[in-house]
Amino acid sequence: MSTFDNPFDPDRNLQAGCVCGQHQSAAEHEQATGLRCDPVASEEKRYEGVVASAVMRAMFPQDVARRAFLKSVGASTALAALSQFFPLKTATEVFAQTGAPEKKDLKVGFIPITCATPIIMAAPMGFYAKHGLNVEVVKTAGWAVIRDKTINKEYDAAHMLAPMPIAISLGLGANAIPFAVPAIENINGQGIVLATKHKDKRDPKDWKGLKFAIPFDYSMHNYLLRYYLAEHGLDPDTDVQLRSVPPPEMVANLRADNIDGFLAPDNICQRAIYDGVGFMHLLSKEIWDGHPCCSFAASREFITSAPNSFAALTRAIVDATAYASKAENRKQIAEAIAPANYINAPVTVLEQVLTGTYADGLGGVKTDAKRVDFDPFPWQSFAVWMLTQMKRWGQIKGDVDYKAVAEQVYLATDTKKLMTEMGLSPPASSYKSFAVMGKTFDPAKPEDYLASFKIRKAS
Amino acid sequence: MTSSLRFRAGLVSIVLLAAFLGIWHLATRSTAPVATMSPEYAKLMGLTATQGKSAMPGPLDVGAKLWEHLKRPFYDNGPNDKGLGIQLAYSIARVGTGYLLAVLVAIPLGFLIGMSPLLSKALDPFIQVLKPISPLAWMPLALYTIKDSSVSAIFVIFICSIWPMLLNTVFGVASVRKEWINVARTLEVGTIRRAFTVILPAAAPTILTGMRISIGIAWLVIVAAEMLVGGTGIGYFVWNEWNNLSITNVIIAILLIGIVGMLLDQILARFTRMVTFPE
Repeated sequence: MSTFDNPFDPDRNLQAGCVCGQHQSAAEHEQATGLRCDPVASEEKRYEGVVASAVMRAMFPQDVARRAFLKSVGASTALAALSQFFPLKTATEVFAQTGAPEKKDLKVGFIPITCATPIIMAAPMGFYAKHGLNVEVVKTAGWAVIRDKTINKEYDAAHMLAPMPIAISLGLGANAIPFAVPAIENINGQGIVLATKHKDKRDPKDWKGLKFAIPFDYSMHNYLLRYYLAEHGLDPDTDVQLRSVPPPEMVANLRADNIDGFLAPDNICQRAIYDGVGFMHLLSKEIWDGHPCCSFAASREFITSAPNSFAALTRAIVDATAYASKAENRKQIAEAIAPANYINAPVTVLEQVLTGTYADGLGGVKTDAKRVDFDPFPWQSFAVWMLTQMKRWGQIKGDVDYKAVAEQVYLATDTKKLMTEMGLSPPASSYKSFAVMGKTFDPAKPEDYLASFKIRKAS
Repeated sequence: MTSSLRFRAGLVSIVLLAAFLGIWHLATRSTAPVATMSPEYAKLMGLTATQGKSAMPGPLDVGAKLWEHLKRPFYDNGPNDKGLGIQLAYSIARVGTGYLLAVLVAIPLGFLIGMSPLLSKALDPFIQVLKPISPLAWMPLALYTIKDSSVSAIFVIFICSIWPMLLNTVFGVASVRKEWINVARTLEVGTIRRAFTVILPAAAPTILTGMRISIGIAWLVIVAAEMLVGGTGIGYFVWNEWNNLSITNVIIAILLIGIVGMLLDQILARFTRMVTFPE
């Protein structure tokens, strides 16, 4: 995701198409080349960038001419010259204004884990207020409760595990109610933790008969752990025990020897290490780098009845996510979300999760800056992958229209529009291919992908 | 004689408490050997791992923390972090509402059922089936139909406190001594007057016993219900601190839950004594 570029950079292309000319758009180019720009400091700067790009484009329809101009006078001179006869500031202000929210006082539910970082930090760090909303973030006891409270409209929107809105929309484990995901919260940031007594059992092939905890049936944790076990030849339904356990109970259960390990959201993993009861076997990043975990979800009803509130909320979340994606902000965020009102965890634990320099529970200190990362774009291919796994493990029976469900629930198109308005450069496509444990997933052929797995629940 | 008994009982209580605290203190001393680890690693770890500190807090930790809470019981740091006084007030308000609703329903209904052998027989199977259901089992159903978590919690209190009161009222009304009713009948007292001047005073001790059982159950259930729905209340506090694995705060909450439960029970016990009569 190249978030913001400088329109006064002579090397930047403001036309459709990319710098190298081989791709449809700059975003696609960057995706292909793996470039990733850091967001600009402030939103004003970003909006200014959008407006300035438009003006530059209008003045120099020929890209070559613009480049020549910029190269000869320099970016700052160009900006000064431009500002003289075009009121950039006013134009930016006008541009940044959007429809007034229908409902200003909103309630957003969250589960106290670091996945919810953008949702939580947006309250103490003022991202909601910046978009004209007065949001109360409410801590909730568990995934089923968050689902019920959002369905009951006690919450206007909520933090949900990425597969949950799909499950709710399909009516799995609840009445079918159309839900939508405008933004993913975090990518990576989970881990497999084993009890300290298993420190010599690092090969999953030796894990037969162990008991593992996962936070919820419709969770990436469930699918990733099953995937990981199956890749190592274990059938997760028969060779090990998987239990759905609320995250806070996981550490207590690990200490009490009721479970042998878990694939859980972070700060829970790090908390088990911090309390000396377990060690980090594997970061979820090593299973699938860039996997989604939690999402920001709202019901279709809320989206249609209060579209401006929803848009403002999404903008606040996207903004907070962009802020959280920068490594230098992470320490400050850890302090903002640690108090009892929010996550309620020791700052040291949150810092280790967010900065990626952590104790591994075996006496070593490891560093992985991408242990957890934040990227709001709701790739529809993520949804397709989750659907294949739901089908693989028997949560969905019968045929699935992968694309239709993904497009209905994961609002890539709307988010793309919103991000463009905010001056971010969202990817051009809503589908991308990725690799899970070295195996490539092609979102266009979900059935073939599903058929390629030997270990799956017999249907 | 009684005063010396009371004195001796008090003494035994204090000795028991001291022994309990002493054993607790000894059991939670840090005894585990301190593992050797690099300072860089130790900085990232908790005290349990670095200093062999017991995961269970000792009485001194709990006392210090309790003092901290008692110093400022009514602080409000936003929707998810409020002082213990506020949390307890929320819980008591919920219990009060659900309980009063149950009183309003159970006592008149109990009277009707108790006074009519036909209704008593007809409704008996329903009551017998509904009575043993764990109140928390109603929670998903309540959340689903009422669509409001705080009302659901009140409903759960209502449904769990109604049965003891109802059954005790029925029993109390049905077992009023026949002679008294016959005397009333001989004096040609009307049904309504009979209910209020003869049956009610006669059945009052039994009814209040039912109410006393109910308030105990209601207080038991609110903690579990609040842990489930969250938001506010002492049950939420327990859950929130458990989330942070802060056993110290959980112990404090347990202590307070016990004290409030005892107070509620004492209030009802006093009412019961007021209406008891010698036969």
